[in-house]
Amino acid sequence: MTARSVRSLSGALKPLFSNRCPGITSCFLQVYGAASCNQRQKSTYTPPPARYGGRHTVTLIPGDGIGPELGNHVRELFRFCCVPVDFEVVNVDSSVASEDDINNAIMAIRRNGVALKGNIETNHNLPPSYKSRNNLLRTTLDLYANVMHCQSLPGVRTRHRNIDIMIIRENTEGEYSSLEHENVPGVVECLKIITKTKSLRIADYAFRTARAKGRRRVTAVHKANIMKLGDGLFLECCKEVASGYPEITFDSMIVDNTTMQLVSRPQQFDLMVMPNLYGNVVSNVCAGLVGGPGLVPGANYGEDYAVFETGTRNTGKSIANRNTANPTAMLLASCLLLDHLKLHAYASMIRRAILSTVSETRLHTADLGGQGSTSEVVQSIMNAVQSTGPQTLSI
Amino acid sequence: INNFISFHCEQIIIDNNNMQTVTLIPGDGIGPEISSAVMKIFETAKAPIRWEERNVTAIKGPGGRWMIPPDAKESMDKSKIGLKGPLKTPIAAGHPSMNLLLRKTFDLYANVRPCISIEGYKTPYTDVNLVTIRENTEGEYSGIEHVIVDGVVQSIKLITEDASRRIAEYAFEYARNNQRNSVTAVHKANIMRMSDGLFLRKCREVAENYKDIKFTEMYLDTVCLNMVQDPTQFDVLVMPNLYGDILSDLCAGLIGGLGVTPSGNIGANGVAIFESVHGTAPDIAGLDLANPTALLLSAVMMLRHMGLHDYGNKIQTACFDTIRDKKVLTKDLGGNSKCSEFTADICRRIQDLD
Repeated sequence: MTARSVRSLSGALKPLFSNRCPGITSCFLQVYGAASCNQRQKSTYTPPPARYGGRHTVTLIPGDGIGPELGNHVRELFRFCCVPVDFEVVNVDSSVASEDDINNAIMAIRRNGVALKGNIETNHNLPPSYKSRNNLLRTTLDLYANVMHCQSLPGVRTRHRNIDIMIIRENTEGEYSSLEHENVPGVVECLKIITKTKSLRIADYAFRTARAKGRRRVTAVHKANIMKLGDGLFLECCKEVASGYPEITFDSMIVDNTTMQLVSRPQQFDLMVMPNLYGNVVSNVCAGLVGGPGLVPGANYGEDYAVFETGTRNTGKSIANRNTANPTAMLLASCLLLDHLKLHAYASMIRRAILSTVSETRLHTADLGGQGSTSEVVQSIMNAVQSTGPQTLSI
Repeated sequence: INNFISFHCEQIIIDNNNMQTVTLIPGDGIGPEISSAVMKIFETAKAPIRWEERNVTAIKGPGGRWMIPPDAKESMDKSKIGLKGPLKTPIAAGHPSMNLLLRKTFDLYANVRPCISIEGYKTPYTDVNLVTIRENTEGEYSGIEHVIVDGVVQSIKLITEDASRRIAEYAFEYARNNQRNSVTAVHKANIMRMSDGLFLRKCREVAENYKDIKFTEMYLDTVCLNMVQDPTQFDVLVMPNLYGDILSDLCAGLIGGLGVTPSGNIGANGVAIFESVHGTAPDIAGLDLANPTALLLSAVMMLRHMGLHDYGNKIQTACFDTIRDKKVLTKDLGGNSKCSEFTADICRRIQDLD
């Protein structure tokens, strides 16, 4: 939540709570004090996410395909681990033309600040007036950075080993601007927009993340030899931001060469930043390299909101409701959510359990070449959590 | 090992002695040495090809427009078949890249890249056998860009009915002529509803006329995801320009890189130019270290296009045997032999095969 909203919230609740719960008041005062102090100092301190009665509320958008069942598994797991998170479920019906559903979902996310979502199907045979619901959500909430961390997991057999790539993809403009027109019948123009503000913003995000995570090298992926102005601008912005981070090596690579390098030697990449469409391609290639869509979580961050989902955003229509989907990606996304809410102890506990389950080959689901079922995997994760015992001391 | 291309051959000029003329553009950097390697191999194989060497450097024509030299154009128009080495793209030379000029001059609308695993050159991916057919004239590479206001740039992606129909027709024709089972259209119509939607509609329309070939549609990201996990599920892929660029290079990476990947450009009026797609490698130019495999396999593709399957098979077998043998490999293939030694080995095998 932003500093502004926390201040107003604490201001409103202070008189209510001051008599009954001095602890909470002091907590609010700490937050309030810190926030107002920092307004003066103009630092980048973000106050911890708001809680009501000690519990967070998170919007859950089940989506289509395997989304609903995976969302249920997340809730089941959280309930089992006593995670102080309540889910507000908002259904979005992809078959109706009205945008009320998605607007409700957006409102709920504005209210709660955080969301976990499944992919909402887009029927591409409908006319252009029906926009992709997922895209609408991302652009309305200005979730400008899509972050995907692809790592080789032990126990998952892939052609390449030791992959550890972080992909930061601009999430709101570029080719996904949905601006198309047909001036002459039979000739369609689609506009790709690149702006300096958004390019600087995503480059800044990428370098800040690189510094925070101790990454040594940032690679910008582009096609500036052909799209000289558009991708040229993006590249310039990256170079400008790079000059402020001398300890991080910055280089650039053309997108077709990047995909070629990724399938032959993916270990050479560290952190990659790129515009929207190339991000789509590169993130899917990397997800495929580490084991498939069932393993990689994705996060969409904006200035004020964060939405977590599976990295490759698949609906999985063909395997829906068959208990064969791999829940790892969604569950790891929920761990990212817990980290965002600063519930780090819960996040590490659940993540440890998930990773130990993934390394068990006999529990692998169909996408990893096994025959395990979703419920078996979730049960095994819960057993792993139980055996390690509660590690969290925070409330 | 199946045939690469056998398109309906139109109007190939046949000389006396049954020799067919081919315009050869050696190119820059390592271009001349790999071209001479290919010429030597063809000579040993006694292929009925008469090479007409031409240079393409941009010259300014009447009206101030850049064009290729008229003798090169004349030669291509007469022979209809070309083999091209790598051309360097000058930066800030004032004229567009030579590849772009050639494309515009001959309306090379389809770029065909068959990606078949080379037995003997091990990559993490085995049994790759697919063909990427990429629309080469429009799409994201139309080159139309504007600065709307300072800090906001707009690039235009152009999709037209005619170009989409043409490439779809070529893809299905190719599939039929090369005994391929399915054609997959790669798109992103969920986001780019109108443009990729138009492309898809045209593909669907053309598919109606080719009921013997299975037609599927797949999102670009799904193709990428599945390609790196299991490339054997793909057969012929047809797509607009940008996706084609990325996917064809991805597939080239699967089989071992641009140094071993053949490529063909098909144009209107029966023109076809086959080329190696790697760079000019100026650092090893003239040192007899280059690997001629890509240009050689493109030349084999050319032979098949002309209907000279026997010669094509012979040369291809010799080339693959040399690579499989691993005794005389150039540096990029993992050995430390010279280009001339590699070429000599292939020539020797061709003579043994005769």
